[in-house]
Amino acid sequence: MARYVANRLAQAIMLLVIVSAIGFAILHLAPGGPLSQFAVSGQMTQEDLDRVTRQLGLDRPLPIQYLDWFGRMLKGDWGKSYRDGEAVLSVISSHLGATLELMATATIIAVLLGCWIGILGALRRYSVFDTLATVGAMIALSIPTFWFGLVTIYVFSVKLGWLPAGNRQTVGDGSFLDLLHHLIAPAMVLALVETAMWGRFMRSSMLEVINQDYIRTARAKGLPEWRILTVHGLRNALLPMITVAGLQFPTLLGGALVAETVFTWPGMGRLFLDSIGYRDYPVVMGILMFSATMVLIGSLLADILYAVVDPRIRVG
Amino acid sequence: MADDTGRFGVGAVHLGVPNRRQFFQLGAGAAAGWSLAGSAFAQTERPTSPPDKPRGQVIAALSQEPTVFHPLMPGIEVDQGIWWQVFSPLWYIDPDGNFVPDLAREVPTLENGGLSADGLTWKIKLRSDVKWHDGTPFTAEDVKFSIELINNPGFRARSRVGHSLVKDITVVAPDEIHWRMEAPYSPYMSILASFTFIVPKHILEKVSDPNASPFHNAPVGTGPFRWGERVPGDHIQLNAHTGYHGKGPYVERVVFKYIPDLTVLYTQFRTGQVDYTGLAGILPNFVQEAKTLKGRKIFVSSTSSVEHIAPNLDFGPFTDRAVREALYLGINKQAIIDALYYGLPTQTESFVPQQAWSFQQGLPQHKYDPAKANALLDAAGWVRGSSGIREKGGVKLEFTNSTTAGSAVREQCQQLLIQDWRAIGAAMRVNNMPAAVIWGDFWQQSKFNSVIVGVNFMLGSDPDVTPRFGSGAIPAKGGRGYNTYQYQSAEADRLLSQGAKQFDLAQRKATYGELQKLIRNDLAILPLFQSFIAEGIKEGLQGFRPNINMSINSWNMREWYWA
Repeated sequence: MARYVANRLAQAIMLLVIVSAIGFAILHLAPGGPLSQFAVSGQMTQEDLDRVTRQLGLDRPLPIQYLDWFGRMLKGDWGKSYRDGEAVLSVISSHLGATLELMATATIIAVLLGCWIGILGALRRYSVFDTLATVGAMIALSIPTFWFGLVTIYVFSVKLGWLPAGNRQTVGDGSFLDLLHHLIAPAMVLALVETAMWGRFMRSSMLEVINQDYIRTARAKGLPEWRILTVHGLRNALLPMITVAGLQFPTLLGGALVAETVFTWPGMGRLFLDSIGYRDYPVVMGILMFSATMVLIGSLLADILYAVVDPRIRVG
Repeated sequence: MADDTGRFGVGAVHLGVPNRRQFFQLGAGAAAGWSLAGSAFAQTERPTSPPDKPRGQVIAALSQEPTVFHPLMPGIEVDQGIWWQVFSPLWYIDPDGNFVPDLAREVPTLENGGLSADGLTWKIKLRSDVKWHDGTPFTAEDVKFSIELINNPGFRARSRVGHSLVKDITVVAPDEIHWRMEAPYSPYMSILASFTFIVPKHILEKVSDPNASPFHNAPVGTGPFRWGERVPGDHIQLNAHTGYHGKGPYVERVVFKYIPDLTVLYTQFRTGQVDYTGLAGILPNFVQEAKTLKGRKIFVSSTSSVEHIAPNLDFGPFTDRAVREALYLGINKQAIIDALYYGLPTQTESFVPQQAWSFQQGLPQHKYDPAKANALLDAAGWVRGSSGIREKGGVKLEFTNSTTAGSAVREQCQQLLIQDWRAIGAAMRVNNMPAAVIWGDFWQQSKFNSVIVGVNFMLGSDPDVTPRFGSGAIPAKGGRGYNTYQYQSAEADRLLSQGAKQFDLAQRKATYGELQKLIRNDLAILPLFQSFIAEGIKEGLQGFRPNINMSINSWNMREWYWA
């Protein structure tokens, strides 16, 4: 196992280097730059723009810029944001909490609800519930998050006045209840697609398991139905879900990009969009590396966990 | 005439012909005489008295996040919204176009001896009762430090235009500073008023890197509000500075809330989560509905920005003036304004806002006349081919038009232009790009055929457009300005040079009037309309005064209060 983990880590580091080089090149080779926003405002002449470009070191050859950035990153210096001059790690950490809060809530809702719907759908295959769940999942997967977010705001904030129309908290409040109140709508929207996805995966997995010989054997042994389902059925059906969970991060981050914009949620998704828009190279690269690391760790953990919980799987 | 505060209550229309002395009483006159379109909205409701002590808070929503808090570094309008609350300039320009002293005791003029007759020596008297937010007294040393910092080669200054001419700065007394200008430069008065906030020497002289220090994210100023907190990506809170040297502040704190989506921003205004919709304001399609909201007031006011089609004057067909005129005649401007902008903006023919003292009346008015456009092109030898597109000497009358991708209204405008110009035998193709792309080299190095863009041509509030239309300001030809149109005219260069050296308001008005006629005649730009902004505030909030001389209408939050 240790050798397997070491191998996977080495692969992950290689992948990160490749991702950083490709990401850096694409970002810097794309037309425009961090000073474009000032070019049209009329407050900075070409002379001013050239001067600041030199001061930021953006006039150097791209490989030099990359090596400089990479070298400093290895020493723990991820650079400073072009926008507010803050250290990139500090910028990321100041937004990470909000995203984790949203993602964790959405994931918990999605896992609990999705698994329940999936299991029940599998056990009552082709029932009214199963049909409704299937249709509902298709609709949920088809609805654009942006549109669903706006509809949620319109219904629950504008028309009913039950929920705030965005923001993470009321300025000056910050109580737990206030946070919870603001969290409901974006978490609901972000969880919608996830719930549908988890439901579909769980249903398929459960269907496969409950038709296995060992389930029939368990029944033949006279075990109670609840024990058959939880101990023999669910435990095995959950195995593929580990892979799904391991690959959740990019999906959730993608959803957060949209949900955070609609609900003015100050998280990583919005930071990423803003940083791309302003060509804030250090922050974009920082988020890219952070996300890539998280995805690789998630994938690695899923593989290890899979091996741990399923004795049939051997790694190394 | 100016009173003892330096105010000069004149507007462009009412302005007589001031002499040189009056010009200096106005400051350099750069912004004098703006008669603000929105001045009718000087107060949001029946005025009441402001409270004795700061009370309550104002939540102002912004569609872009302020991130630059050092006021001398490159920033955008939303950043300036913060600077106006935390810092102070020597003087500022009020909605009527008057220079009003802020850190200065009086605005330097010829009459009060602040300016020498040749415009080269400046003597500024400063207030002696001003304190920085940390309690340190403000002095002339801070002014000297600020100007020297801007000219410091290691500092990432936003712009050195005007400042680079300042030499021999002398602190005569803690409340008086003198300097010499290398050359007379009248727009400097406006630059000092609009963009030059004074920063604290006692803090910044100690930092090792002038481009990055704790000050950059927790600034200390002399403005009406002191730094509170910043939650990145969410909001910035400023608290009342009770020792402020001017009027106000009357609210305990202001919160700038970042809401990137304009539809969501408007929704939060509807639901009462925000008190004021700041920069970018309310989308035109919501304005009529917003006016019906209970407990809300909507203000539509002109801005200095002129929406126009920017032709690349070095690009094939556009080198022919007849083509530019025909294209201009072929635009149904009013249809664009009515259909896409709900009739809110006004047509214009000049790069100068219509409320400015320097605006030239009586410029030829645009008329939608496709028949005349066709005749003009026929006469110029542009013949229709089999596809209906004209050509001349093997050059087809076809070109691309670009704007920021995702700018829905401009994209719709492009569709109308395609129809309008197709009717006169010109083919336009859309080539839109994201903001960071289009306004990069594509724009700066004139790689476009034509662009739809809104530009504030004024330097601060001065009509000096040397960086926009000067022959030496074309970046694609090694110039140092932003003449991306590649407009070249010896006569324009002469007028620009003359205007920047003149200190007589009447003479300057004549000079810039001639320049506007020239630009209009040459059709260096095809102006569509003077832009506008629709802003909403909660009923009961007093003191909101749109100011066309400022880049953001939340400039005077110190005067805001709840009735």
